Amino acid sequence: MGMTMTQKILAAGAGLERVKAGQLIEAKLDLVLGNDVTTPVAINEFNKIGIDRVFDKEKIAIVPDHFTPNKDIKSAEHCKMVRAFSKSMEIKNYFEVGQMGIEHCLIPEQGLAVPGDVIIGADSHTCTYGALGAFSTGVGSTDMAVGMARGVAWFKVPSAIKFVLKNKPAKWISGKDIILHIIGKIGVDGALYKSMEFAGDGLKYLSMDDRFTISNMAIEAGGKNGIFPVDEKTLEYVKEHSVKPYKIYEADEDAEYDQVIEIDLSKLEPTVSYPHLPENTKTVSEAEELEIDQVVIGSCTNGRFSDLKIAADILKGKEINPNIRCIILPGTQQIYLQCLREGLAEIFVTAGCAFSTPTCGPCLGGHMGILAKGERALSTTNRNFVGRMGHPESEVYLASPAVAAASAITGKITNPENV
Amino acid sequence: MKAYGTVFKYGDNIDTDVIIPARYLNSSDPKELAKHCMEDAIHSSVNFVENVKDGDIMVAEKNFGCGSSREHAPIAIKASGISCVIAKTFARIFYRNAINIGLPILECEEAADDIDMGDKVEVDFTTGIIKNITKNKTYQAQPFPEFMQELMAAGGLIEQTRVKLGVN
Repeated sequence: MGMTMTQKILAAGAGLERVKAGQLIEAKLDLVLGNDVTTPVAINEFNKIGIDRVFDKEKIAIVPDHFTPNKDIKSAEHCKMVRAFSKSMEIKNYFEVGQMGIEHCLIPEQGLAVPGDVIIGADSHTCTYGALGAFSTGVGSTDMAVGMARGVAWFKVPSAIKFVLKNKPAKWISGKDIILHIIGKIGVDGALYKSMEFAGDGLKYLSMDDRFTISNMAIEAGGKNGIFPVDEKTLEYVKEHSVKPYKIYEADEDAEYDQVIEIDLSKLEPTVSYPHLPENTKTVSEAEELEIDQVVIGSCTNGRFSDLKIAADILKGKEINPNIRCIILPGTQQIYLQCLREGLAEIFVTAGCAFSTPTCGPCLGGHMGILAKGERALSTTNRNFVGRMGHPESEVYLASPAVAAASAITGKITNPENV
Repeated sequence: MKAYGTVFKYGDNIDTDVIIPARYLNSSDPKELAKHCMEDAIHSSVNFVENVKDGDIMVAEKNFGCGSSREHAPIAIKASGISCVIAKTFARIFYRNAINIGLPILECEEAADDIDMGDKVEVDFTTGIIKNITKNKTYQAQPFPEFMQELMAAGGLIEQTRVKLGVN
C-alpha cells in the first residue's frame, strides 16, 4: 500500500523509507514557530531543559502578533520577555512591531515555508502552510520549547481523508466558502487526528490565497494538517517569495484514504457559520436579514491582499451602515503597503471602516474590536466559539470577505450578489 | 498510580477558549490561569472554580480541548487540582499538550456516556480501569501506546529531553 503526501513528507523527516498510519515517529523540523501568547510559556519550558542555545538560529520564527501592539501591561511584559529571549538566542526571524504581521500571513510571504518542509508552530493555525505542499501543524508551547532545543518533534502518522474538489467555483465562492462547506459537512471533529488531502481538477481555479484559507481552517475540522499538491501556482509563489531549497512530494497512486469526499465547487453557495461552532453552516440566503453590530475583515484566515481586494471592490464608493463598526486588519505590513499604493486604504477609510495595523486582535477577543453582551459580529476569522470575540453572551458568524463587505453596507447578513 | 475524586462533567466540543478564555492569556502563571478555568462554560450547572478540590476528575464527551493550541488550557486544568481528564475523544493538540506536561488523560466512550456530574470516581492509570463508586460500575479505558507511556514515565517531554540531551 502506498503513502499519502503527508505520510511521505513525515517519512522523509523521520529518515525512514516508509511510515504507516498510527506509527509514532520523531521527525526533524525545518521551522519552529511561536507568537507572543505561546512563546512565553515555551521560554519557561526551554529554560527548564538547561541549555543555553537553540538548535538552529535560522529555523525559528517568533512573531508577536496576538496582543500587539501591546494591549496592556501584562502583554507588554510577555513581549519584553520574548524580545529578550530572541535577542539572547540570536533568533534571525524575530519580527518586531513595524515588521511583524499576522504570523500565518507573514511566514509564507517571508519565504520561510516551502514545499516539503516539516513545520510546527505553537499556534493551532500553523496548518496554513499545507497550502504550499508542506507538512505543517499546530502544537503547544512545550513542543515548541523542545523543537527549539533539539529541532525535532514526535508525531503520530495520520491516516487521511481525500477531498476531491471538482469544477470551477461558482461566482463569489472563495476558499472560505469551500472550507466552511467542508466543515459543515464533516463536523468539527470530522477529520480528528487525520490529514486532509486536497485534490481534483478544481484546484487549478484556486489562488494561493484561497488555498491558504482552506489549509488554515483544517484545524476547525479537527485535522492534523490540510495539504495541497504542488502545482504551477505553488511554484510561482515560492519563486517570488523564497530562496529556501524545497522538495516536491506527491501521494502514491495506491495511497490509502479512510474516506474520499467529492465536492462540486460549481454548486456551492456563499456560506455562513452560525454560533457557536464552525460546523453550524448555512447558505447566505438562509442567513440573510440577520442584523449585526460589527464586521471584521482580516485574520490569518482572510487577511491577505486578494481578500481585502474583494472587500474593497464591493465597498468602493459605498458607505458602511451607520449601525455597523467595520474593522479591517491587513495581514502584514506588505499587504498594508499594497493597500495604500493601490487605493484600497482610501476606499476603506472613505466608506467609514477602521483600517488597522496588522494584529490578531479581535479574532480571539484580545483587543481592537471586543463585543459587548448580546452583540453580534460577522467576521472573516476562523472561530465562533462562546466568548471568542468578547462577552460570553456575544455571537460571531463566520463568512468570506465578500459576504462581510456586503453585510457591512446593509447592516445585516447579505449576499454579495445583492449590493 | 491512582486518582480519586468528584466529577465535573461536560459535553461535546469543549474548546480551549471555554477552558481558559483568551482575555486571561496575558498571564502565563498557572495559579492565575486556574482562577479562570472553565469560566466560559456558561451552561454548566456547577461553578467549576468555586467547587473544584485537589484530586477531582473532569469528564467530557467528544473532541475535548478543540480549537486554539494554547497550552494554558491543560496548565489551567492541572493547576486547578484536577487529577485526570476522561473523554470520548480529545482534540489532537490538547491530547499532545496534556501528555507533554504530564496531565493524565484517558479516552473511554463508555465512561464518558455513563458518568454524571458529581459522581465519585477512581482511576487506575496503570491498568486504565475507571471505577464509578457512586454508580458501582467499572469501565476500561484505551491503553496508551508504549511511546507515550515512556514519555509520561519520564515526567513529561522536558524531562525526557534533558535525558536525551545528557543535561544533568
